[in-house]
Parts: sequence; structure tokens; C-alpha cells
Amino acid sequence: MIQIIDYGRGNLNNVKKAFNHFGYQAEIIDKPNSIKDASGLVLPGVGAFGDSMTCLNDQGFTDVIKSFVQSGKPLLGICLGLQLLFESSDEFGSQKGLGILKGHVTRFKTDEKVPHIGWNQIEIKKSTHLLDGILSGSYFYFVHSYYAIPEEESIISTTTDYGLSFTSAIEYKNIFATQFHPEKSQRIGLQIIKNFGEICANHSSN
Amino acid sequence: MLAKRIIPCLDINQGRVVKGVNFVNLVDAGDPLENAKFYDEEGADEIIFLDITATSDKRDMIFDIAKQVADNIYTPFTVGGGIRNVEDMRRLVKAGADKVSMNSAAVKNPEIIRQGARIFGTQCIVVAIDAKRNDKGGFNVFIKGGRENTYKDAIEWAKQVEELGAGEIMLTSMDRDGTRQGYDLELTKSISEAVHIPVIASGGVGEMQHLLEGFTLGKASAVLAASIFHFREISIKQVRDYLRSQNISVKN
Repeated sequence: MIQIIDYGRGNLNNVKKAFNHFGYQAEIIDKPNSIKDASGLVLPGVGAFGDSMTCLNDQGFTDVIKSFVQSGKPLLGICLGLQLLFESSDEFGSQKGLGILKGHVTRFKTDEKVPHIGWNQIEIKKSTHLLDGILSGSYFYFVHSYYAIPEEESIISTTTDYGLSFTSAIEYKNIFATQFHPEKSQRIGLQIIKNFGEICANHSSN
Repeated sequence: MLAKRIIPCLDINQGRVVKGVNFVNLVDAGDPLENAKFYDEEGADEIIFLDITATSDKRDMIFDIAKQVADNIYTPFTVGGGIRNVEDMRRLVKAGADKVSMNSAAVKNPEIIRQGARIFGTQCIVVAIDAKRNDKGGFNVFIKGGRENTYKDAIEWAKQVEELGAGEIMLTSMDRDGTRQGYDLELTKSISEAVHIPVIASGGVGEMQHLLEGFTLGKASAVLAASIFHFREISIKQVRDYLRSQNISVKN
């Protein structure tokens, strides 16, 4: 069972349905009680950084997410869910993140329009299971004003150009994350969901 | 490179998609979900649903529509029309809308923009501006579906909504809406260059060249059209192929 963390903002039904579409069981959870039994965890992204960290803390998710990652089972962060994995963000003052990965989240400072909204291309830096069947140059849907700067470049799996080249996906051991929204990226986005479903299934059967 | 967006807009009246014929008579154009699936299949970059229901007792239908759409397509969508407060936004976002669009409510109470942005993020808040030329060479902001002139300057209002936390502006030229003569490019360019958030051009599209001009001359980040898509005169794919041939970056 893949669990999707609901911290009270958007509708996560389409993430769940996307997993179901490929025959993977998924459920949306707003309490951390059963996370340890999950085969994989999805940390989606909605709202603002600080506000979301507060919700995760209040709902008791923070430590549970960290232990889940330490157990070696797969985690997928989406959009803000990628950013929350890092140590800190500039959004609305300085905010502390989960600190699972080393690095900082900062706002676009470019002549381009911000938020970065729409379909943009990825350039694959290292081929990973999450990106199986996906080519450099593919378009995914983005909607964000901030981006992560990982301390370790080796965790970057794709980059995207928007006035500058920023990290659009990462992979480190059992941690996977995308700045774009696979669940909003039509057919190609579903491929990512399918790949993550497989990663979870393979991990469980090992 | 960020692709320029092509966005079909669906007008919803009492739970059904409607098409204006001769700009007044509303003709039923089917089920919102079926239309949404059609555009999802066609690979539209986003979809906008505008609730034009006049009677408040039928307004709740839009929440059900947002939920059905979110559960069935993997294309980002915006819902606008009739949003009065943060609670309405919350219901739409919870139902599955990626963005909410406001017009009259934002003019009457600009703080609603700031409140919405703080809770749902700026990327979620779209302000719709209906603008009409005045006799001094400027543009006035209209509300209540174009029935009421606020005498606000459209460019100043655009800057103000950005300041308050809007993530995007959906800009409709009332002079051009329904004319099929193309966007008001002067209006579009003025607003696009006055703000740092994306502007969606709307109002007046009759042919593909108008969409191109929205990008090249109007400097818009996205182009919206209704009738050319609904009447199936032109497909999203045709538009994309045409724009690509004109060196506009579009999604493949």
C-alpha cells in the first residue's frame, strides 16, 4: 500500500487515482499511525513552505517521515514536497524544512515571470528508475516560485531552464522527488507515477 | 524552455457547458466532464472553467464539477466565477481545482487576494480583469460580468493585484470579446509589461493568427480561447503545430 500524506490543503485524489490506474493500491492519510506499514510514501506539495511545515508538525508527521526514510523504503516528494526535504527555505522569511537532504530553497531571481507556471522541459543528468521511459526534452507541468539548491550535485537527476538552470528532480538512495507535478502532466506524468509504483513493489518483494 | 500555454475556456451555467451564439443566446454544449476529458485527450496545457450561473442556489454545482474533473483528468485546471470569500476558494481547492480565479470579489475586497495567497500559495490565485477602453486612451476595470464600471485604471489594478499576491492575471478585453477580431494587443502588452506575473490573454480570438499575436505582440504567457475550440473549428494540435511553425515554443 502506497500512502499519500494529506496535510489539509489540496485534493490528492488524482495522485491516488493515478496509482490505482496502474493497479497499485494507494490511500490518502492525514494521521501518521500506519506509515510504518506503507510500501512507499508520497509527500505532495501544496501551499506555502512554512505553513506546510507547521501542518506536518501539528499532525505529527515530521519524525515519522524521517524514520520512514531511514527504514530504506521509497519516498516520493512532489513540488513543495521536494523542497520540504531540504534544510531551509527563504519563503516568507527564513523557514526550517525536514532537513533529510542538505541544501536550501530559494526564490527565482530572474527577468522571467514568477511564478514559473506551465510546461517546461527536463534535462536528464543521471538515468534513474523513476525516469524509466522518459527522455531529455520531455515537458512536465510546473507551478512554483521557489527551487531547491542541493549541496550535493550528485543527487540531481534532472535540471530545467528558467532564466537559470535549476534542479527539477532528485534521487538519493530511497529518496525520489520532482519539482514538477507528475499527477498534472498528462500521459508522461503518469509514467513517473507508474515507475514509482514499481519501485515500491520491487522494494517490498526484496 | 518554458512552453507558451494554450488554454480552452469553458463557460458553465447551472452545471452545463454553454456556448454563446451571437453573443447572447446560450446553447447547451454538453457535460463539463466530457468536455474536460476531450481537452485532456487533446493535450490542452490547462483548462479554465468559468461559472456564469446567475442564480445563487445553483452555484454549488460548480464544486461537484471541480471534483469530477479532478478525479478524471491529469490536466491542471482553474475555476472562476462567483467566488466570494476564502471559504469558496477552500472548497474549490479541496474539490481539486489547481487555481481559483476571482474578479468582482477581488475588486470589492482586495485583501481576499492576500488571504488566499497566504493559505493556498500565490500560484493558486488568479485575478481576472475585464477591461474596456475609455475615451482618454486608457482602460477601465469592469466587474459583475462587465455590467459595472469601477473606473479603476486596469494597469494600476494589475500592479496592485500582483503586489497583493496574485500569481497570475487573466485579462479579457471587453471591446474584443466575442468579436473574433483578435485580442486587444495594446491592452495585453501594457499589462504584460507592467507586471512580473504571467498574463493570460483573453477575448476576441477568431483564428490561429490571433493566438500567435497574443504571444508575439501582446507578450502574453498564455492564450485563452473559447468558441474556436468549442465549435471544433480548430483543434489544440493544429494550434500547436501552427505556433511551432512560427517559432513559438510549445509543448509537444
